[in-house]
Amino acid sequence: MERNRNNEKLDKTILRTSANYLLPLLILFSIFLLIRGHYLPGGGFIGGLIASIAFVLHSFAYSPMQTLRMFSIKPFFLIPTGLLVSFLSGLLPVVLGRSFMTGVWFAESVVVIGAFGSALLFDLGVYMVVVGVVLTILFTISENT
Amino acid sequence: MTTNFILAPVLMHLFTAILLLFFWQKVFVQKVISIVGNSIAFILCLRLFEMTLTNGYLTLQLGGWQAPFGITFMADTLSAIMVLLTALVSLAVGIYSTSSLNISRIKFGYFFIFHFLVMGLLGAFLTGDIFNLYVWFEVVIISSFILLTVGGKKMQMEGAIKYVTMNMLASVIFLTAIGILYGITGTLNIADLAGKVAQVENKGLVTVTSLLFFVGFGIKSAVFPLYFWLPSAYHTPPSAIAAIFGGLLTKMGIYAMLRVFTVVFQPDHFTLTLFSVIAILTLITGALGTINKRSIRRILSYLIVCHIGYLIAGLGLNTELAFVAVIFYLIHDVIVKSNFFMISGIILKMRETVDITRLGSLLKDYPKFSFMVALVLFSLIGIPPLSGFWPKVLLFQETFKQENYVLLAALIVASFVTLFVVIRIWSEAFWKESPKPITEEIDHFRPFSLSGKIALIAPVIGLTAVSLFIGLNANNVFKLAEKAAYEMKHPEIYINNVLSTKE
Repeated sequence: MERNRNNEKLDKTILRTSANYLLPLLILFSIFLLIRGHYLPGGGFIGGLIASIAFVLHSFAYSPMQTLRMFSIKPFFLIPTGLLVSFLSGLLPVVLGRSFMTGVWFAESVVVIGAFGSALLFDLGVYMVVVGVVLTILFTISENT
Repeated sequence: MTTNFILAPVLMHLFTAILLLFFWQKVFVQKVISIVGNSIAFILCLRLFEMTLTNGYLTLQLGGWQAPFGITFMADTLSAIMVLLTALVSLAVGIYSTSSLNISRIKFGYFFIFHFLVMGLLGAFLTGDIFNLYVWFEVVIISSFILLTVGGKKMQMEGAIKYVTMNMLASVIFLTAIGILYGITGTLNIADLAGKVAQVENKGLVTVTSLLFFVGFGIKSAVFPLYFWLPSAYHTPPSAIAAIFGGLLTKMGIYAMLRVFTVVFQPDHFTLTLFSVIAILTLITGALGTINKRSIRRILSYLIVCHIGYLIAGLGLNTELAFVAVIFYLIHDVIVKSNFFMISGIILKMRETVDITRLGSLLKDYPKFSFMVALVLFSLIGIPPLSGFWPKVLLFQETFKQENYVLLAALIVASFVTLFVVIRIWSEAFWKESPKPITEEIDHFRPFSLSGKIALIAPVIGLTAVSLFIGLNANNVFKLAEKAAYEMKHPEIYINNVLSTKE
């Protein structure tokens, strides 16, 4: 029994070490995909999935409880927050007197991000919803087992 | 007129749903948010209705993309009527569910899903794009799956499986039809489709596509050969859920039919005959189904099927007066059916059963309540001054004028069977002595708190009042239905309004 547990720890060393490095990298990559979206392949949905994969990997290497500890709020609250962000991004052009969901862009482009507009805000909402949904499912399943 | 306001009711429900997610598990807060959200949405829908009547048409090109390319939102009189009905029923059912549902369901996110469902319904009634219509249908169906299965009793699962399977099939057929239509015309905007479909040379292909739409919508609105999922699914969920399903979900299919077969396709002789035949069979099978049932909820489910026949019959007659009758009947039917499902829920609370052979002496124990139910039952049959009478008269008259005597016979038979069944419900449940003595344990209604009782009864009173209002104000409702029917018979108004709108 004792040996087995030691082995398990040994087995996980490689995974844990790599997960430590991969977590920030994957999140960085997911943000890259989020910003890259709209005109090129990428966007909120794929970005959100990649970000949640980072957390899934972390929870495999350690335990779901340890992954959950990284969040100051419950991942569930990412779902309504994300929905609200997307919703407001649609309402933004209405305030400016245009049709609902019209793309509104800043005249000057922002450093690194490039052109910044309501479409990115919408994608950000989707990103949050996807991360929220995947993590909620993951933690709900692991709580029950 | 182009206005963002057309989306206001849809967005209000979305916003309410999002807000509800923030207060997950907090039952009381959820109830308050839901009632407030529903009330605001109702006022917005009323305003939308008023604006549509004064301005004629409201349009919105979503995202500022012009008509045949972008997604159009469009409110004409028919849409406005449907939106108002949806708002009314959702407000009533929303209040009713705060008291009638148990806490575990609310904790499962009942209100959240409820608002999503209503949002989907409103979106479906307002969209002017056929693919977008499909998307709203999906929103409604996914929400209804969840509402049906939450709770997870065995009987519920059985009904839900039939419901899910048939509705998935309907969605696939609907989607296939859209695909074919897009293949032959290259557009998805309903107004643009109208012109393009008329130019297609292969008329056979157009007819086949139109019938695919008919099958898709037909399954959803439970017409003859494919109605069986409805009676087996609608009697299982709690009555609040059944009320919104029975009142609005099948009518969404009818609305889609009315839209597609007046604007996009101009039905030929063959299609119209088919509608008439389907209408006759739906009327007869629905009517026969009610006769040997004992549970009020099952009887009601079959009555829904039966009364869908009236609407299809009007569609098959395809004259302006027939459309007036259909719209009038739609207005009456949505209110009465939702109301009666809610009433059945209250009876269940009073007696622990809705089986009419085991019910009894409701009139003696609850005279005021029984009087109100009598009003609802009378308008369901169509006793003269009440709401069901006028559209039926119109429909009979129009069928007679067209010399479609078989259909006329079927309509009359269906009416008589409705009468028979309603009398049976009344005499068994209300007049008869209760077969077993009513003890304190059976009656779950009396121990309710006053606010709980009000939340149960007030929506029923409200909808009954609306039924009375429709019946006594038939003149105004008739004018409204006439306006909608005129617009349906002159689709060019719709088309011009969508295609000529500029940002």
